[in-house]
Amino acid sequence: MTLRRLELDRPLLTTVAALVVFGLLMLYSAGQTDVPILAAQGAWKRQLVWLAAGLGVAAVAFRMSPRFLEWAALPLYGFALILLGLTLLIGRGGGTAAGTKSWIYIGGHAVGQPAELAKLAVILMLARYLSGRRAAPESLRELVPACLLAGVPALLVLAQPDLGSALVFVGILFAMLFWAGVGLKLLTLLASPAASLLLAFTTWTWVGWLVLLAVMLYLWRPFLWEGVAVAALNFLMGFIALPVWRKLEPYQQNRLLTFLNPEVDPQRAGYHAIQSKVAIGSGGWFGNGYLHGPQKRLAFLPEQHTDFIFAVLGEELGFVGVLVALALFFALFMTLVRVARRASDPFASMMVFGLLGLLFTHVFENVGMTVNLMPITGIPLPFFSYGGSFLLVTAAAIGLALRVAWDSRSSSYVEY
Amino acid sequence: MREFHAFRVQERARLARWILFGAFVLLAAAFFRTQVLQYDRYRLRAQNNRLRPVPLQPARGTIYDRHGRVIAETVPGYSVALLASSVDSLRRVLERFRRIVPLDSADLEAVVNRYLQARYQPALVLGNATREQVARLEERRVALPGLVIQTEPRRIYPAGRAVAHLVGYVDEVSQQDLDANRYPGARVGSLVGRLGLERRYDDTLRGTPGVRYIEVDALGRLVREQGAAPPLPSVPGRSLRTEIDLPLQLYIDSIWPKGQSGAMIAMTPKGEIRALYSTPAYDPNAFIGGIAASEWRRLTNDPTLPLLNRAIQVRYPPGSPFKLATAAMALRRGLVGFDSHMPIPCRGGMQFGNRYFRCWKKEGHGSLDLTGAIEKSCDVYFYQLGLRLQLNPLLQDGVSMGFHDRSGVDLVNEVSPIYPTSTAYYDERYGPRGWSAAAVLNLAIGQGENTQTLINMMKFYAALAGDGVTPVPHIVQADSAPVFELGLEAEQLYGLRHALIQVVERGTAARSRLKEFSVAGKTGTAQNPHGKDHGWFIGFAPAESPEIVIGAIFEFGGHGSEVAPYVVQAMRRYLLGSDSTAQGPIVVRTVEDTAPRDVALPPSQGGLADSTGGGPRQP
Repeated sequence: MTLRRLELDRPLLTTVAALVVFGLLMLYSAGQTDVPILAAQGAWKRQLVWLAAGLGVAAVAFRMSPRFLEWAALPLYGFALILLGLTLLIGRGGGTAAGTKSWIYIGGHAVGQPAELAKLAVILMLARYLSGRRAAPESLRELVPACLLAGVPALLVLAQPDLGSALVFVGILFAMLFWAGVGLKLLTLLASPAASLLLAFTTWTWVGWLVLLAVMLYLWRPFLWEGVAVAALNFLMGFIALPVWRKLEPYQQNRLLTFLNPEVDPQRAGYHAIQSKVAIGSGGWFGNGYLHGPQKRLAFLPEQHTDFIFAVLGEELGFVGVLVALALFFALFMTLVRVARRASDPFASMMVFGLLGLLFTHVFENVGMTVNLMPITGIPLPFFSYGGSFLLVTAAAIGLALRVAWDSRSSSYVEY
Repeated sequence: MREFHAFRVQERARLARWILFGAFVLLAAAFFRTQVLQYDRYRLRAQNNRLRPVPLQPARGTIYDRHGRVIAETVPGYSVALLASSVDSLRRVLERFRRIVPLDSADLEAVVNRYLQARYQPALVLGNATREQVARLEERRVALPGLVIQTEPRRIYPAGRAVAHLVGYVDEVSQQDLDANRYPGARVGSLVGRLGLERRYDDTLRGTPGVRYIEVDALGRLVREQGAAPPLPSVPGRSLRTEIDLPLQLYIDSIWPKGQSGAMIAMTPKGEIRALYSTPAYDPNAFIGGIAASEWRRLTNDPTLPLLNRAIQVRYPPGSPFKLATAAMALRRGLVGFDSHMPIPCRGGMQFGNRYFRCWKKEGHGSLDLTGAIEKSCDVYFYQLGLRLQLNPLLQDGVSMGFHDRSGVDLVNEVSPIYPTSTAYYDERYGPRGWSAAAVLNLAIGQGENTQTLINMMKFYAALAGDGVTPVPHIVQADSAPVFELGLEAEQLYGLRHALIQVVERGTAARSRLKEFSVAGKTGTAQNPHGKDHGWFIGFAPAESPEIVIGAIFEFGGHGSEVAPYVVQAMRRYLLGSDSTAQGPIVVRTVEDTAPRDVALPPSQGGLADSTGGGPRQP
């Protein structure tokens, strides 16, 4: 059975293949250092093993019919919640976040990060819930169930504590609500308490934000009690901002602070942000050449085979290489948008867009943090970062998207 | 679900695409800003991250004597430095280092201080490592992370102590020097001249340091020594051709009596210095690559003051050699001729006012003319000459002959002689009624408020030997120091020289091994209030047409006549070459003119200037 006869989605397959090859090349380069970095050396070989496993996972995912997935969403979601709870009890640190409880160990072997499984489960669950509704939610109250579906696992992950992964759930939630047809106004109101939380660090920005919120509430006219709730939540967030800040782990505080100004603490907390930017900035237009990035070779780049692998790319291949990588990701997302649009049923469409939201959050956050556009959180870059759990999630996502594309391959869809 | 009507989906897909596009444009813009707009800034930072500059010291210029023989030169040597990421790790490595090459704790602290001054540069540990030390360190390189060994130009002085006070030494520039900009153009790690010619001509000799880069990793560990970035080569210093006659300098060192402190200068009547010797001395080679702290303590605490250049930095009462200046003043003013006798013949002393001034010769010289008085060094004659001159003219003429001013020799730290410019000096020092005109008696015989450096006395004798104008003594080139006219007619100069010939000829002609040339000169024994007397001899040869003026002082040496033979030997070596020196010791007989003790003025004051001693009891 050839690919042609399978009629897999060619653009999707090509883009993914290009990203996988590109990612492996960069992972190989990340291990080529003048100073031995044990974790990075040979990571590309171990990644190859994971890729083989990922191929299997993708194949299995491809065989799953959306109907089965819709049915399986609930048990899978429950299983994921149990695992997340279990992780909080018996989980241990590992990989790039040694201080957090994010890994499940069985018999002394790290078998995976439940948070990654939970991401898939939440996507399936939200797809099932949102596609099952007759109409898109039109009020904040109608958004509550969806928010809870994403929020509970997000809070469990946040308790590990893993801020980065928790943010991914938020990204998935907003992407899927948007695709379900929730208006941008409503989404803005939904996001407003978070903005309040962030802007409350100075009184003036917070007051400014509240004024803006009042204007929005007046213009958009939600239900009265909802408007009151939104305003109240915003006030509440403003007041608890400081206690919440105090509750954050010092490393999380530092990450946020150094995001605002990395030079506050260049030796410690700001070190990652500065070294990453220095490596990328020194790449210039065309970079220092593949395998020849000095900052990488001399171990100035932190976590260069996992979280900061994009900085290796920036240093060695320059702005041109960065554009190529970004273009590939952009092409992937465009393709996924198309797959979601042409999906033959709402559940499949919602699922594909949820997967898009997952991958996009990872890409935007990971790439953004290497140039200090986003605060530093340790979430991997799809196809590039070394790491098994997330690679399998990515593989499953691609497998599911290919299936949805295959299902709709013959639908005579009307283009508007 | 109605939201999945194709039209609605199409609408949202379009919006989603725009949002995604916006997000990617934002990312691309952030990278454009970092990689293209701020490229220079980050490129520099990346290089600062990984490249550590290591200064390449320039080869210092060679110092030659007048015939091209080497006084100081630069040869390849090794320097050993350590690169460290923190003080603690530096100390750990140094502890291991000590087991391979011993270092004392003061040296360790010096290394740590150097590290603290420039953390990102290798801190110098051994500036002058031997080949053998380098081999031992290389063997254990694994245990010494951050070890940087490089060949570095090394200064050597083949003649060692014999030229120490002439050339000085070199040493690493200190932070205080840099702060005070004492050595313009020097940088941390630069070698700079500390004394003598090395200091005076430092800007010529030093050259410009270059820099090379070594590559380090994120923990400051050395990764690559060569080829990390193109080096900037150093520019070697220019060499220096001096007027020194190195064999003469070495010869002086070889004949100098053991344990005798003092100095000797040989120079032409034009002021070209052929030798400048001072002892005790230090070994300039010991400073190379940073002198050991213990060695430096020993030098600075040594009671014999080996760092003191006795040719230019110590003032001595000039004693009898100054009588020529008194004579020159009187001749210039037309107060005497060479055949003038003084009213009071010498009977071993003379009464002035209520005090008695002695001649060095108790039996007395009888009545002498000027030539005879110079020859016999008769104090009574010169007392009367001083009285005839009067104090103020004597002071004025002394100043005009250069006794108040430094010689201007091209060495650093020459001290000024002490010579009053007018009687105001006495008023100020002793009060208007605290001194009497009798001060002129002391001054006339080279005692009193008059102390001179050897180099400054040489200036005067060079004028006598030459054309009556004091030259600016110089080793390389004459500075624009003032020159002084003695103001004497040619025959007066001739007369003074003739008298000086008498001084030496009488004693030496009989047993002359010096038939080849005649020597003119003046011995002196200067009263030293602090201990034994200092012996002087300054002379020139050949007396008829002087080519070389040589003067010497033996500290605490008792008597000028002990100094004279060494000076004459040096003259013979200079004028006749090395063949002449095998002929054995010379006995030079000169008058034994120990200067009389200063007569204290007034006795109740207890003493004058720094040249007074306890006055002899009056008969």
